[in-house]
Amino acid sequence: MNKENIKMMDIKNIVLRFGGVVAIQNISFDIFKGEIRAIIGPNGAGKSSMLNVINGFYHPQEGEVWFRGKKRGSMKPYQIAHQGIARTFQNIALFKGMTALDNIMTGRFTHMKKGIFSQMIWEGGASREEYENREVVEKVIDFLEIQHIRKTPVGALPYGLQKRVELGRALAAEPELLLLDEPMAGMNVEEKEDMSRYILDVNSEFETTVALIEHDMGVVMDISDRVVVMDYGKKIGDGTPDEVRNNQAVIDAYLGVSEH
Amino acid sequence: MSADFLYTIEVIINGLMAGVLYSLVALGFVLIFKASGIFNYAQGVMALFAALTLVGLQEGRVPFAHLINAMFGTKIHHFDWSLPALLAIILTVLIMILFAILVEKLILKHLVNQEPIILFMATIGLAYFMEGFGDLMWGSDVKTLNVGIPQGGSFWFEDFTIGWAAEGEKFYGMYVDLLDVWAAIIAISLVLVLTIFSQYTKSGRALRAVADDHQAALSVGISLRVIWVLVWSISGFVALVAGMMWGAKSGVQFSLSLIALKALPVLMLGGFTSIPGAIVGGLIIGAGEKLFEFFMGPLIGGATENWFAYVLALLFLVFRPQGLFGEKIIERV
Repeated sequence: MNKENIKMMDIKNIVLRFGGVVAIQNISFDIFKGEIRAIIGPNGAGKSSMLNVINGFYHPQEGEVWFRGKKRGSMKPYQIAHQGIARTFQNIALFKGMTALDNIMTGRFTHMKKGIFSQMIWEGGASREEYENREVVEKVIDFLEIQHIRKTPVGALPYGLQKRVELGRALAAEPELLLLDEPMAGMNVEEKEDMSRYILDVNSEFETTVALIEHDMGVVMDISDRVVVMDYGKKIGDGTPDEVRNNQAVIDAYLGVSEH
Repeated sequence: MSADFLYTIEVIINGLMAGVLYSLVALGFVLIFKASGIFNYAQGVMALFAALTLVGLQEGRVPFAHLINAMFGTKIHHFDWSLPALLAIILTVLIMILFAILVEKLILKHLVNQEPIILFMATIGLAYFMEGFGDLMWGSDVKTLNVGIPQGGSFWFEDFTIGWAAEGEKFYGMYVDLLDVWAAIIAISLVLVLTIFSQYTKSGRALRAVADDHQAALSVGISLRVIWVLVWSISGFVALVAGMMWGAKSGVQFSLSLIALKALPVLMLGGFTSIPGAIVGGLIIGAGEKLFEFFMGPLIGGATENWFAYVLALLFLVFRPQGLFGEKIIERV
């Protein structure tokens, strides 16, 4: 794995409030290029909010987000997608009426540049563009071993497969930074093993940087390079899985010992 | 075949043809509703406005002529030119695209994340604004629209069907208006093109994606605002086609905006979210109201076409509220 410790993303002193509720209190951490970075913490710790800040759904009141060495201004989520950040959602957000193939094709949106007129008359390169991107999508489908459900409307698929299609849609964008919000929630052991393998393969084969939120401690400790621990909107630990495992504050938060 | 049976068939055919026009209006509603969850009350007025603009451009009328004359005491009405139909249609399409951009910039942009009912109210305002604006711009007189679509009965069809009746029956062949036939052909091609566009192009997929899930669409890089402009442009185009057909049939007049009301029962039948539903719903209403008038009209005093569609829609609301093709309404309690 790439361990040059180049900062792909640097998050500095983020504060996020919803009215009087402080969801994130002054959190800073970084994500190195090529690593798998996990964010863990009890329910309501602000993990998903953090991911939403990174991908632009939430705009923090204070703090800075640096991406690829540049400070990021105020951007819309779709603009951030065009910068090479793709994500999945905690409660699967697929396009339910569309087939698995079409869902993954939408992941190619940022790579397709032909204008609306060209698309309408199916000329001027629009058809070639469609075929080229279709090839990338077929590779993703092969990689995730979901050939058999290509033409199935995703609403009709079982939960585990929907999660996989959603990962496929994010992968199709060939992102530099892949955000995964609880990729294994609600899965059985076998499905979790598959998903872990896909995440590790994506990381090693395509050198995609991954930031993920996950509840299953075993999985997190196995696949992550570094872990951030959050509790009540604050960062209470940061380091390698071994360091975090032995951190007293983290142990307290998970066993419910500390005063709150 | 007996003459009565042939008459019935004739009624059904004409009903289906009229239904095509209902479908065209309903189609515009469905497109916007699917992509943005907005029930666009202004769809009928958009059809009127598009038709007014088309006539105005084609005949070389001076926009805001009344206003200019009133302010400066001039007496201008027409420029010295008239445009070929095709050019006028293309210009009208451009104006409808401009209209879509303005709607997004001036209305939708400011109402993001608002309740559907608020957006609905905004479209009511839009409808009345456009009706007044259209009046101010082109005048309120009834205009004849001629874009070169053949009109009148088809003699060929009459001759073709006249031999179907049994010997000795009084039957003079079936009457089909050529304009209706053309409207049907245009409507079918429009639906085919829209379907292909939404299935096999990037923007088509983006359109369906936005209809399904806004957040997920944003996360793959789709700009909602661009899609909204696209959707309003397309439904502006559909409105133009509908306005053109209705205008050619019965003149471009302000009662045209009321045809939008007939699209409501069509939508209740077909479902608000289904393009095939809009088509089939329109056909059922069209054929249904003509048949009902033909068989029941004489018994109960006629003029049933005014209310039949609404009663049918009411029955659907009671027994199948999601319509024939709509997504089943499941609510978690």
